[in-house]
Amino acid sequence: MGREKEVLIQVRNVSKFFGGVRALNKVSFDLLKGEVLGIIGPNGSGKTTLVNTITGFHKPDSGEVFFKDMKLTGFPPWKIADLGVARTFQIVRPYLSLRAYKNLIVPLWSPRARRFAGSRGGDRDAVAIDLLEEVGFERDAYVPYKLASALPLGYLKRLELARCLALRPEVIICDEVFSGLSMSEIASMVPLIERLRIKGVTLIMIEHRLRELFKVADKVIVLEFGEKIAEGIPEQVMQNERVKRAYLGEELGL
Amino acid sequence: MNEERRKERLDRGIKARTEGLYAVSSWREVSYLLAPRAGLILFLLIAPLVVPGLYWQRVLALAGVYALLAISFDFLAGRVGLVCIGGAFMVGVGGYISGGLNYYLGLPVALTIPVATFFGALICTLVWLPCLPLRGVYFAVVTFMFPFLTSSVILAGGLFGSTEGLSPIGGFPNIWVSIYLMMSLVLFAIFGLRRLCGEDIGIVFAGIKDNDQAVIASGVNVTRVKMYSLFIATAIGCFAGAFVAHFSGFIGVSLFAVDFSIMPIAACIMGGPGTIAGPALGAFILAPLSELLRGFGQLRVVLYCVVLVGFILFKPEGLLNWVARKYHQFEHWVKV
Repeated sequence: MGREKEVLIQVRNVSKFFGGVRALNKVSFDLLKGEVLGIIGPNGSGKTTLVNTITGFHKPDSGEVFFKDMKLTGFPPWKIADLGVARTFQIVRPYLSLRAYKNLIVPLWSPRARRFAGSRGGDRDAVAIDLLEEVGFERDAYVPYKLASALPLGYLKRLELARCLALRPEVIICDEVFSGLSMSEIASMVPLIERLRIKGVTLIMIEHRLRELFKVADKVIVLEFGEKIAEGIPEQVMQNERVKRAYLGEELGL
Repeated sequence: MNEERRKERLDRGIKARTEGLYAVSSWREVSYLLAPRAGLILFLLIAPLVVPGLYWQRVLALAGVYALLAISFDFLAGRVGLVCIGGAFMVGVGGYISGGLNYYLGLPVALTIPVATFFGALICTLVWLPCLPLRGVYFAVVTFMFPFLTSSVILAGGLFGSTEGLSPIGGFPNIWVSIYLMMSLVLFAIFGLRRLCGEDIGIVFAGIKDNDQAVIASGVNVTRVKMYSLFIATAIGCFAGAFVAHFSGFIGVSLFAVDFSIMPIAACIMGGPGTIAGPALGAFILAPLSELLRGFGQLRVVLYCVVLVGFILFKPEGLLNWVARKYHQFEHWVKV
């Protein structure tokens, strides 16, 4: 099988301990350019820890993360974002005192965004509002001008995505963008993810909502107690016995 | 039966606006916006002319020193989220550099003050740089310790005249030069910082205050941005220190007095945290008031404490926020 696609992120034997708790145990995987990779697993299986480790918010106790042959491990998180690996937070982190579009001034002011904007990067407000429209903020209803503290969770999740997009990232790692949302909010969010995918953004999606995830994911990794227990295309992974056990528990043999 | 009533607030002045955004459509509305700003400028420019005598002019100039420190504190705490209680350190560093240059090298005031402002800010920023990743109370504690540390080093090492201090330090040509220099710097600091906070880097400051993790995830080196803000704030503090040195014609460890660290906080809370102008207002009220109570000696500290506790308990928004609300909205009772 020829590898026609470039490997963007390589995770090699990453382990992370919190005291005596083994949050990640020798996790390895590759992320190809243009791919949507889903990471699933029960609560406490280490999904968010994995995101934090890739993006530099945690230092792994062993193992390494590479981004296009560059070793990310040991870089501060802002530097990793600067290189083009953006992330959302599961618990949204908006700037509540600012208006929605002003929230995007921060990433648009970042060195990476300024490199892209070049000399014509004058009006960041306009760029910010365009970005918000792209993720579904209705400009006509003045939603981009609302204070972030006045926005419902659905918009804040989109704001997280917009913050990533403002960086023109090569990879976006979405940490549970669907969690806490109503069914209708999720339904309106799925097309957005699909649009990103069509545009060729490489995505890692941490998710609990398997149905929505399987609509968009090319490949899925399953974590349990910090270990990778399965990897493959979505349908195949769910047939895996260990995955069934992890999600549904042991068969009682009644 | 009791009839229930509630307070209704209605905006006034400008028709088309949302919070903080205005669509100005007439001279009346322009003047509505300009009046408070013009009022501040006029107050600071006219006050030195109307106060009785040289003594109160000197009090006003020193109130300006506290106003600058309060502005500096409020900018860091209210706009960047860095609680820095090291005002005395800035005053001391600025004062000793400026006074030292004048005493040892005989440099003129017009040169020593800018030099002390720039290099003082550089020194303050560099020594506090290792603490910048600290958050919340830790940064406050470290900055609070520095003036004590430095004054102890000066006393123990017998440096710069040790306990005696150095005098005479060359002063300003006359009281008018000094007082209007101070007033214009206060105005410059207020309008400059408020403008800066509206610029894109000011939005980044606000982001750091709200949620520094999100700023980090946006690819911004938070420590570096905090460093910029710290340089700006300490430059203001060091200017205040240099001013005090030349104004009093003397430098000594009293420049590291804890008053310079504490009083700006009281002024800030009284005047309205986060407004930049409010803390200056607070300083121009507190400093003369404390002068009136000079007879009570050390009991003056009690005044700060009463003001602090009183405002925190009963008017936590501070004077300026309260006045601004009254200016922008009128309230009346309506039946529910």
